Amino acid sequence: MEYRLEIWRQENSDSPGRFQTILYQTGDERETVATALTNINNTPGMQDINGNPVGEIGWECSCLQKKCGACAVVINGTPGLACDSFLRNYIRKKTIKLAPLSKFPLIRDLWVDRSILRQDLKELGLTAAGDFAFTDRNNDTAFEASKCLQCGCCLEVCPNYVPGGKFFGAAGYVPETKFLTALSSEEAKRLKPAYMTHIYGGCGKSLACKDICPAGIDIDRLLSRSNAVAVWGRKK
Amino acid sequence: MEKVNIIGAGLAGLSAACSLAENHIPSRLISVQPSERAQSVLAAGGINGALNTMGENDCTENHMEDTLRAGVYIADPEAVRGMTKAAPGIISDMHRIGVPFNLKDGKIVQRNFGGQKKKRTAYAKSSTGKMLMTALIDEARKHEMNGLIERYAHHELSGLLIQSTESGKRECVGVTVADTYSHTQQSFAGKTILAFGGMNGLFPGITTGTTANSGEAAAIAFSAGIRFSNLEMIQYHPTTIGIAGKRCLISEAARGEGGRLFVMREGKPWYYMEEKYPELGNLMPRDVVSRESWFVLHDPTCGDQVYLDMSSLSKEVWKDRLPDLREEVMHYLGIDPAKKPVPVDPAIHYFMGGIDVDICHRTNIAGLYAAGECCSQYHGANRLGGNSTLGAIYGGRVAARDLAETLMTLKEEHEDTENSEPEGNAADEKPGAEAVLSIGGILKESLGIVRDGEEMENGLEKLKKLELKASQSEKRRLYLAEAILLSALYRKESRGAHYRRDYPGKNDAFRGLVTAEMTEDGIQIGNMAAGEQ
Ligand SMILES: Cc1cc2nc3c(=O)[nH]c(=O)nc-3n(C[C@H](O)[C@H](O)[C@H](O)COP(=O)(O)OP(=O)(O)OC[C@H]3O[C@@H](n4cnc5c(N)ncnc54)[C@H](O)[C@@H]3O)c2cc1C
Repeated sequence: MEYRLEIWRQENSDSPGRFQTILYQTGDERETVATALTNINNTPGMQDINGNPVGEIGWECSCLQKKCGACAVVINGTPGLACDSFLRNYIRKKTIKLAPLSKFPLIRDLWVDRSILRQDLKELGLTAAGDFAFTDRNNDTAFEASKCLQCGCCLEVCPNYVPGGKFFGAAGYVPETKFLTALSSEEAKRLKPAYMTHIYGGCGKSLACKDICPAGIDIDRLLSRSNAVAVWGRKK
Repeated sequence: MEKVNIIGAGLAGLSAACSLAENHIPSRLISVQPSERAQSVLAAGGINGALNTMGENDCTENHMEDTLRAGVYIADPEAVRGMTKAAPGIISDMHRIGVPFNLKDGKIVQRNFGGQKKKRTAYAKSSTGKMLMTALIDEARKHEMNGLIERYAHHELSGLLIQSTESGKRECVGVTVADTYSHTQQSFAGKTILAFGGMNGLFPGITTGTTANSGEAAAIAFSAGIRFSNLEMIQYHPTTIGIAGKRCLISEAARGEGGRLFVMREGKPWYYMEEKYPELGNLMPRDVVSRESWFVLHDPTCGDQVYLDMSSLSKEVWKDRLPDLREEVMHYLGIDPAKKPVPVDPAIHYFMGGIDVDICHRTNIAGLYAAGECCSQYHGANRLGGNSTLGAIYGGRVAARDLAETLMTLKEEHEDTENSEPEGNAADEKPGAEAVLSIGGILKESLGIVRDGEEMENGLEKLKKLELKASQSEKRRLYLAEAILLSALYRKESRGAHYRRDYPGKNDAFRGLVTAEMTEDGIQIGNMAAGEQ
């Protein structure tokens, strides 16, 4: 099977970028976009359809089994993990267009700098002064909230998230739900002002993030749990 | 106060950084990727500790005995005693800082795991590593905000700064790191803890681990003269599935919850583990299970595929304890494990050997520590499932504690250094893809579940040939690869994960560590009793 990969190439954030087209062959139907990128990088002499050298494609990966979030890219317009995107799913179109996540500073090609996410969690004040208290009631919520990969896919599709803006998106409120639902009410109160500014005040409830999460987190449910505690002061 | 450098931000690195911060000691937490991407997030089945919540009269001595026995008595009993004693406290600390372990009536429940007769493995469904990591990342954030932890999350180790003092003592005085975004290099003075994980990248594409653990850091450390031990002890996990680009683990929890291994023989499934080992059956230690799988696969009367049958697991188990495992198998293989047996194969999963450390996690170089999977300490010849998340968290703490004591008692008694220019190990280009793949291929051929001297000698010869056209960084990788083969050749016996066709028996002349060290005269292999460092 032959796929036409159109891959965004850009030396650094200041240089111009363009799509480079590579024909990629595989007979293995288990292969994913991540496999294709790995194999291309392992083939030093590779050329694109115009006979130009491909060189090493910048992208990030680590676990290759959708548990670490490193390889998030935009595939034919939709953000997702490269290791979670089987080439066979594009069999009809045979063209796969790969672009970097657009809301983060670009490092090179498909590789972006997501350090802002770590900064956002600090601004939300996600630290615990006391101990977490888990019960049969809140345990599952904490599990779900702790699954967040910090990959950034949810922010890519969010109409309210703009780089440098006040709203932090699902990548902020998903982890926060553990803090709100399993710490004391005093701690929930401490978290409230930042929550109002960076989450509640900015979310337009489009729920575009709902179906995009590669970890399959029930984002909808977590948002209503965190709103219930932070905004309405309901019991956990 | 001078900052401590920590290389690696998985469980071991995070644990070390948090422990240092609790002692008001600042650190730089340096990792090639942020913590969310570390291999530790993959840990599935759980973490061991004799909490004794299951009414089985478990105690930390039992945990210690099981660990030593599974490691075939080459781990330091005192170190293992320390870890197993600390385990219940570590699990409750993790619970307190935010790990949602599975609970029953408010108590942490524990499951069966291989090589242990008692239910001793605490878990959060089958995503325990991710839960531990999220909680430790949250804990570290607290110290980042009060300035005690400084993150360098896109920085790769490029060298260790090692000085020789007048008395000939070698001391690590800092590290050099390369910023992967800007390609600039920086040096950071200070004592250092290495926590860079396993050497998965030496076996590209055929381990259950991550690509980010490239083996580069281990190669740098080895070439800098840091002593390694038990490099030949490489764990094959019996149940993995082939997905694109890697082996994907089916956690031992699958067997802990009732999964059974079989192979077809004379038209019928043969549950070989249950027949051969009536007591522990499918839950024998991993070295035994992988080897038995290898034997049945090489038995002409048996079929050529081993299967894991999980069809007897209850709905509750799938829902509450292994939902993520089921989802993964369905996603990658299109097989519902609740309904159909899953074809599985053994694959490389863990490195028991690594940087040789003493009971306080000090290396042979003053001022340099190692913790987590990159070091060789608790697991001897074979690691128990659930003991490495524990060993990583505990090891990070022990190293931090020792460092804290050292730093606090340090009274300007520094010897003058001989050469003011530290003999670093500067970064150059990375090894090429071709070299990495060739070295990996050779190691794979020579270091299977069943090994033999001739094959390993052949492998060594092939590696030597590659040296001729290798770049500096490729040479470092080759030296480490050669050291693994030399260690495996040196250990002329079969013990734990190291099984040799030409020496199939255990020989207590080798009841200890096989050490490997790079010196001016090349790679030196030797032996030493554990705990003698
Ligand atoms: C699929 C899978 C399942 C597992 N399940 C379990 C389980 O259920 N129970 C259990 O006890 N154990 C389990 N293990 C083993 C356990 O997860 C690991 O041994 C343990 O988490 C290792 O932690 P660590 O901190 O030593 O290393 P890692 O988590 O591997 O972290 C290494 C760190 O070093 C950084 N790094 C690597 N190279 C460099 C470099 N050159 N420069 C700078 N930084 C670098 C990485 O970015 C990372 O931050 C499992 C392992 C795998 C692969």
